[in-house]
Amino acid sequence: MSSFEFDPSALIAFMPMSLVFDNAGVITFVGPTLAKLRPAQDMIGRPVTEVFTIRDNGRGSGDDPIPLGTKLYLNFQSGISTPLKGMAAAIPAAKVNILNLSFGISIVDAVANYRLTAGDFAHTDLAIEMLYLVEAKSAVLEETKQLNARLQGAKVAAEEQAFTDTLTGLKNRRAMDHVLARMLRSSVPFALMHLDLDYFKSVNDTLGHAAGDAVLQQVARILSEETRTDDMVARVGGDEFILIFNKIVEHDHLYHLAARIITRLEEPVPYEETECRISGSIGITTTDFYDHPDADRMIHDADLALYSSKYDGRGRATVFDPLVHDGNVGELPAVQVGR
Amino acid sequence: MHGMINRAIQCFMRDTYGVHVWEKVAQNADLGFDNFEAMLSYPDQITLDVLGRAARQLHKPVETFLEDLGTYLVSHPNVEAIRRLLRFGGENFTEFLYSLNDLEGRARLALPDLDMPSLRVEHVEDGTFRLSCSSAMPGFGYAMVGVMRAMADDYGALVFLEHQGWMDSGEEVITINLLETAYAEGRAFELSERIGGDV
Repeated sequence: MSSFEFDPSALIAFMPMSLVFDNAGVITFVGPTLAKLRPAQDMIGRPVTEVFTIRDNGRGSGDDPIPLGTKLYLNFQSGISTPLKGMAAAIPAAKVNILNLSFGISIVDAVANYRLTAGDFAHTDLAIEMLYLVEAKSAVLEETKQLNARLQGAKVAAEEQAFTDTLTGLKNRRAMDHVLARMLRSSVPFALMHLDLDYFKSVNDTLGHAAGDAVLQQVARILSEETRTDDMVARVGGDEFILIFNKIVEHDHLYHLAARIITRLEEPVPYEETECRISGSIGITTTDFYDHPDADRMIHDADLALYSSKYDGRGRATVFDPLVHDGNVGELPAVQVGR
Repeated sequence: MHGMINRAIQCFMRDTYGVHVWEKVAQNADLGFDNFEAMLSYPDQITLDVLGRAARQLHKPVETFLEDLGTYLVSHPNVEAIRRLLRFGGENFTEFLYSLNDLEGRARLALPDLDMPSLRVEHVEDGTFRLSCSSAMPGFGYAMVGVMRAMADDYGALVFLEHQGWMDSGEEVITINLLETAYAEGRAFELSERIGGDV
């Protein structure tokens, strides 16, 4: 075999992150970029395994301390550990070995920690493109985040201005306030019915919110079917509804409507393997009770009547009675209809 | 036109001439909204309308407006990200010029739907380069003159730039005379954003 002089400097342009070690595993040469990570004089003359901890996937060849021809994972033993990827190969004629290194995903940190510049990477290295991509993507992501935040804000604002309850499709409290004010202005007689669901909380607690939502949607369906187009149904709280019946003020008629609603509410709602059972309590008032009907007053009086229904065992309706409710809430029996 | 470009035009007007100038232009162009969103797309005609109204509002030729826009994109702190991305192109102004050949591909890495103009840089003779660009946005070459002028300052190079007008194909041609690569100090650039551009 002819003698072969190996000049590692020729490798520098290709592999500025490489080092050369002899067959005993001792470092004899360090590439210029690698030398930016640790001073070359601190590495030359020391075994590779003393400078780095080395891990491989167990498929390396050769008897040397450093497996050849396989993917290596390295960390510095001292200082910032900086995970590196590498591969070692032997040049038998020169009796030396080359270990080429790369940052892999530690590139972003490494560039900051060691103040590397474009000139520290081989022209064929994708490191600069990688860094470029990281920054470009971060900038784009930031724009996207801001857009999302603005859209979220717009959504909240739109919801605040909306008149519809998104879960049930019924009108919401805000819409109800508008309709009520309009009807009071036009002086048409009407009845205001306040419905509060019974046993709804236990459905929510035992079967979960999805079951509760299914029940609320069923309730909304029933209420829509039991009202005419010029009546109004609004969901004004978690399980509270207000119904306005246009031009209906006769108590018998209202009791009849309320009883029908309660009967239908008590029909079990199938949910997955089981059934949800609820009922409803209702308080009713009409414009006929007042010389000058007023929204807050009517809602308050319907509430008092509702309270009587609850007090008397739920699942029933009560029409407001000025004699009973003004001052003596719940102490005297009100006019009621049972189930 | 991609929202990113429209947004850049808006930010340029806002940061350079004040928010009221932008508001007036948006009103005159009958946009129907106050702000361009960088991550949405808009019909090309909207961009052309805004450019026309803006130039009229500021009493300058559209060409000058576009050139100032290009300068702004590289030099204003509010859009520092663009300057940094362009500096990834190379370690000196000559390398930067050649990197413009890759700009379309680089931009596509980050934003696949960004319709970047095709740029071609050739070396003509000693110190003279020619940049041709073809774009959906007529006059984009003027913006590139602004970009290159500001990037020359950034690298500390001394250049003479001249827009040669349109070729029959619709391409715009700019000649670049690189008089000196290291004329002034230039601004520092670190690969890592964490270290910061000016150290």
